[in-house]
Amino acid sequence: MEYIIIIISAVFVNNILLAQFLGVCPFLGVSNKVSTAVGMSGAVCFVMAVATLVTYLVQYYLLVPLGIEFMQTIAFILVIAALVQMVEIILKKISPALYQALGIFLPLITTNCAVLGVAILVVSKEFTFGGDAHYLNLAESVVYAIASALGFGLAMTLFAGLREQLELSSVPKAFKGVPIALITAGILAMAFMGFSGLV
Amino acid sequence: MGKFGLILKGIIKENPTFVLVLGMCPTLGTTTSAINGMGMGLATTFVLILSNMVISAIAPLIPAKVKIPSYIVVIAALVTVLQFVMQAYVPALYATLGLFIPLIVVNCIVLGRAEAFACKNSVIDSVLDGVGIGLGFTLSLTTIGFVRELLGGLSVFGNKLVEGDGMLAFVLAPGAFLVLGYLMVLFNKATKK
Repeated sequence: MEYIIIIISAVFVNNILLAQFLGVCPFLGVSNKVSTAVGMSGAVCFVMAVATLVTYLVQYYLLVPLGIEFMQTIAFILVIAALVQMVEIILKKISPALYQALGIFLPLITTNCAVLGVAILVVSKEFTFGGDAHYLNLAESVVYAIASALGFGLAMTLFAGLREQLELSSVPKAFKGVPIALITAGILAMAFMGFSGLV
Repeated sequence: MGKFGLILKGIIKENPTFVLVLGMCPTLGTTTSAINGMGMGLATTFVLILSNMVISAIAPLIPAKVKIPSYIVVIAALVTVLQFVMQAYVPALYATLGLFIPLIVVNCIVLGRAEAFACKNSVIDSVLDGVGIGLGFTLSLTTIGFVRELLGGLSVFGNKLVEGDGMLAFVLAPGAFLVLGYLMVLFNKATKK
């Protein structure tokens, strides 16, 4: 039950893009077409799950026992950068098809703040899923990461669909490009606010 | 370009928020009030100036292959310094900005300036560039925060103007997108005609 609450909360109520503003750069950058949006979301989902797993272990089995929690930012970004590189190499070897699909998005993910954001969030914030406020354990953290990535994918894909339509409509000159995209995102965020209070 | 022009271009011509559209996450996430926006802007400026300074100094020594990873480590170290400084002197602001302070590491503005400017210019020019871009970012964030605070809470820099409730949506998530979108339209109108 608790996992379901985590998933609903992360996908709809506290959507990582529209409510927490993490990963807005790729949201505005590569959401022109539905197909690229889906590819990017897949890559983010994969990296976010693995990155959260590894950084969780780094935090509780390396940084905390050694008493160097202040190294968190440096340690996490290095882990994520190395991980993205490794995922790229492994994918190239074992699944060229998947690499073809996700390939171009992988290098971008290192600087996607959603990945680092979720990794820091799960070890630094107390959540109230299923009653008492508590720090997430390993399984909950990974579920939270995957659910956040799904939320990212959902918002990204919806938005890409909207932007494909926007391309076809005539927009005043000053609104062209990013401004109209932001205003559309604002309306989408308003729609997502309807989910608040659900969990 | 004169030294003064280096600072000025970051504010209008290469404004990181309205023209380059970089660093959107903190721009949207922290501008619930003018003070928060300004705090975030100044924090980023701090990192930006120092990272430009350090990277322009060490750039000739770094092999091209490990350029980006080394820059990220430099920036992450500076962000850690910033975290200590903020915890010591402005703990309240540090708590409000929360997650977005460590996320300066992955702010595309900082890495972007390192890659596009600092690695091929002198230390002094790079510092000035950092000051300009940082000021541009701070001004944009303060403006967005100002508008959201005014519409959402009917107050200016924390001082209530009139009694009553504003339009709450502007302080919440949708307002961030809407205010930034419309300010960008105004900026386009003002600069391109």
